[in-house]
Amino acid sequence: MNMITRRQALGLGSGVAAAIGLAACSSKPSSAPAAGASGAPGAAGPSGAPVALPTGTIDETYQGHRIQITVGTGGHHGVGMPVVKIDGNELHIMRNADNSWVTVVNHYETFPDPISAARAAVRELQGADLVPFTPKEAKL
Amino acid sequence: MTTVRKNQATLSADEKRAFVNAVLELKRTGIYDRYVNAHNWFLMNDDDFEDRIGHRGPSFLPWHRRFLLDFESALQRIDKNVSLPYWDWTQDRTPNSSLWASDFMGGTRRGRDGQVLDGPFGAQNGKWVLTVGVLTVGVDRRSYLRRGLGSGTPQLPTRADVDSVLAMPVYDMAPWNSSSNGFRNHLEGWRGINLHNRVHVWVGGQMTSAASPNDPVFWLHHAFIDKLWAEWQAKNPKSGYLPATRTAHVVDLNSVLSPWNNVTPADMLDHHRFYTFDTEAGGQQRY
Repeated sequence: MNMITRRQALGLGSGVAAAIGLAACSSKPSSAPAAGASGAPGAAGPSGAPVALPTGTIDETYQGHRIQITVGTGGHHGVGMPVVKIDGNELHIMRNADNSWVTVVNHYETFPDPISAARAAVRELQGADLVPFTPKEAKL
Repeated sequence: MTTVRKNQATLSADEKRAFVNAVLELKRTGIYDRYVNAHNWFLMNDDDFEDRIGHRGPSFLPWHRRFLLDFESALQRIDKNVSLPYWDWTQDRTPNSSLWASDFMGGTRRGRDGQVLDGPFGAQNGKWVLTVGVLTVGVDRRSYLRRGLGSGTPQLPTRADVDSVLAMPVYDMAPWNSSSNGFRNHLEGWRGINLHNRVHVWVGGQMTSAASPNDPVFWLHHAFIDKLWAEWQAKNPKSGYLPATRTAHVVDLNSVLSPWNNVTPADMLDHHRFYTFDTEAGGQQRY
């Protein structure tokens, strides 16, 4: 049986963010994303520092994979939370009480900010695609 | 017959085989993946600022005790002689441990991306597939079991680390989340020396993700966490589960635990009702 989360029930699902927040950059990265990692415009610099856009969003290429972060439009854990995508697939992210972050990929360690958490997820994924976080079954 | 949970390092070859076969049978029939999905669902929804049931709150321990009991019962429907072994990672703390040998968890041989290349849960055995087509019980599309065994963090907790946490006299305290002081949060690992979380990271691969039961060592790790709760209770007989009264967003002593909804933390406090550990003197005869 499919179950919806509390947040989806409250209308805070990620679909809203996908619809209004990412219209300008919703395409999948090209088949040669590694070029971005080697210093193409718009990618992370040699230091790995993200390119912060004026809107407060982040769009960088890290180890050949695109990380997009938009803030303030929604997300799985509510309005005001960042929406993080890796190669166009949403990465579930959650803020901890001490303002550190965890993701669905690294759910037992914390990171100081969303971009650190997203980069850790890229390292762990090694190019594998994330799957949508559709709750499947909570009953046993 | 009372279930006795044993240290995995002491299991006979027959006991290891029986446990592995029962786990593989649950996987084959699809029952296993219900546990993976349930864990994933709770871990992704447990929230420091909203409701939290399975993790980062006081019911972390009773929720997992019930979760393990449920799984152990499923195993025993396959083979009544099977019980959950525990992994004492303060003792068996290297990738060369017999735990990871090809007759048990496997993983002594691993590929560049951590793929487990030997043992009953390696992809080569054909019985442990995490993704079929577009259907997956993982968080990404990789279909095979992976582990890091020390690549994520170099050291497993020591017995001294464990003892420092067992010495904490208060079970849990406000704000009842990942920033709390007290035994539960230091055991779970969001604060301080970090026991439970660190072991997930040390194992790596699926164990670092919200779908961590995709690695069967999840059960052995949590059986030891459960044992540490029992050890803490024995050392701190005057300390009880907290909160004892209704508290926002968390499960108090007498409120029900989801997804079962017919069991409370109070029902979970005495593990002797359900099983004993091999270390308990006379424990096998207790009931």
